[in-house]
Amino acid sequence: METFQGYERPDGSAGIRNYVAVIPSVSCANGVVGLIARGAPDCIPLYHGHGCGRSIEVPVHKRALVNLGKNPNVAAVLIIGLGCEILKAEGLVAAIAESGKPVEYLSIQRDGGSRKTATKGIDIVQRLLKEAESCKRKAFPLECITVGLECGGSDAFSGVTANPGVGLASDWIVDQGGTVILTEDTEMIGTSHILERRAKTPEVAAAIATMVADAEKLTHDLMGPLAPFVIAPGNMDGGMSSIQEKSLGCIVKAGSRSINQVVDYAEIPSQKGVILMDGPGYDTESLTGLAAGGAQLIVFTTGRGNPIGFPIVPVIKVASTSQLYQSMEDDMDINAGSVLEGKDLKDLGADIIALIKKVLDGERTKAEINRQDGILCLYTMHPAF
Amino acid sequence: MKPNVIIINPKDNVAIAVETIRQGKPVCLPGGGDFTALADIPYSHKVALQDIQEGENIIKYGEMIGKATENIGKGQWVHTHNLDIDHKR
Repeated sequence: METFQGYERPDGSAGIRNYVAVIPSVSCANGVVGLIARGAPDCIPLYHGHGCGRSIEVPVHKRALVNLGKNPNVAAVLIIGLGCEILKAEGLVAAIAESGKPVEYLSIQRDGGSRKTATKGIDIVQRLLKEAESCKRKAFPLECITVGLECGGSDAFSGVTANPGVGLASDWIVDQGGTVILTEDTEMIGTSHILERRAKTPEVAAAIATMVADAEKLTHDLMGPLAPFVIAPGNMDGGMSSIQEKSLGCIVKAGSRSINQVVDYAEIPSQKGVILMDGPGYDTESLTGLAAGGAQLIVFTTGRGNPIGFPIVPVIKVASTSQLYQSMEDDMDINAGSVLEGKDLKDLGADIIALIKKVLDGERTKAEINRQDGILCLYTMHPAF
Repeated sequence: MKPNVIIINPKDNVAIAVETIRQGKPVCLPGGGDFTALADIPYSHKVALQDIQEGENIIKYGEMIGKATENIGKGQWVHTHNLDIDHKR
């Protein structure tokens, strides 16, 4: 059985990175989080634009922030609250603490305003960083690994080179007892019947059918006659003619093994193997959902060239063509375009697996080197009040 | 001649151009054989591998990706101008 070198967490999970995260409970606390991050640059600030004003969606955003805090790559968490927000810091702390990891909070209105809160926060973060340093890597089986799957800025070759290559790596992870999460349900429209055939149980098949049908209905409700072409213009230019075509090329990332569970956006699966997450196709919101779902690593295929990463999760970029790989080499980890020049798809799959193993053990991806870790995007469907 | 298209699944009736193929130039298949491109096929776009009648399925990955909105000749460029999901236009 293959192993990787990870950081043990109190709940038995294994991180492949060892971060101290500073999370604002509400967007109004981003400034103080920024002061803390400048004073203690080794922490990871998770800036976001929510936490209040969208009462309908606060439960979803709470789940996302709590589960990001629980992500095994995070050793400890500091929450910065404001005081009058809907999404209370205390609630986030209590929920993250269930994982057993150190989690503390400050409240700007209680702790004396921005400067004083930031000064206290820097002290807390320095202490948490020192404690995290004492955690050393040790061997874990691959069944402890969850890999998130993402494609962004697809072209017609994403589904021909990069995604089938990643699909081979997904099969390998699942065969080792690990987990892969496929999301972006708008990119499953038109392929429900194919995914349902792979469901482990009739209940899972029904959940897939409902999820994809809801995504399709929503698209039709919002887009009307343009619904079949809910594809970013970049995808159209790349030769994709319908969402079905794009979807088929998208779902191949999850390989060929049985689908064992359907989870909500940012929900941590209780099953292993192939998991489908109900989430949007918008890359940045999707990455947040995957990371909150417990992914310690994300594999991201791109045809047009998307450089984004994620603050607490290494993101491996797989370029669908040599043209893209060469033009954005500082952003791309793997060149799947080699398949167009005659390379065997199985050899590409082996290259992706080899890189995954290195990244699990600590090798940095291009997105990590570039610090592609901006603001968190959280799934929203409703207007703010 | 060096192949300039990829066929993903044997059931497919379209192939993917690995390079831009100009109208009148040959479409060269991976397994050998060629036919003439009836239009410019942009890099990464689809070319019909056979005559496809209006209303017929367009197949890629061995699955239906849309229906032909007009008769499509072998060697024709296949994209949103002649492919639709619902075929109601």
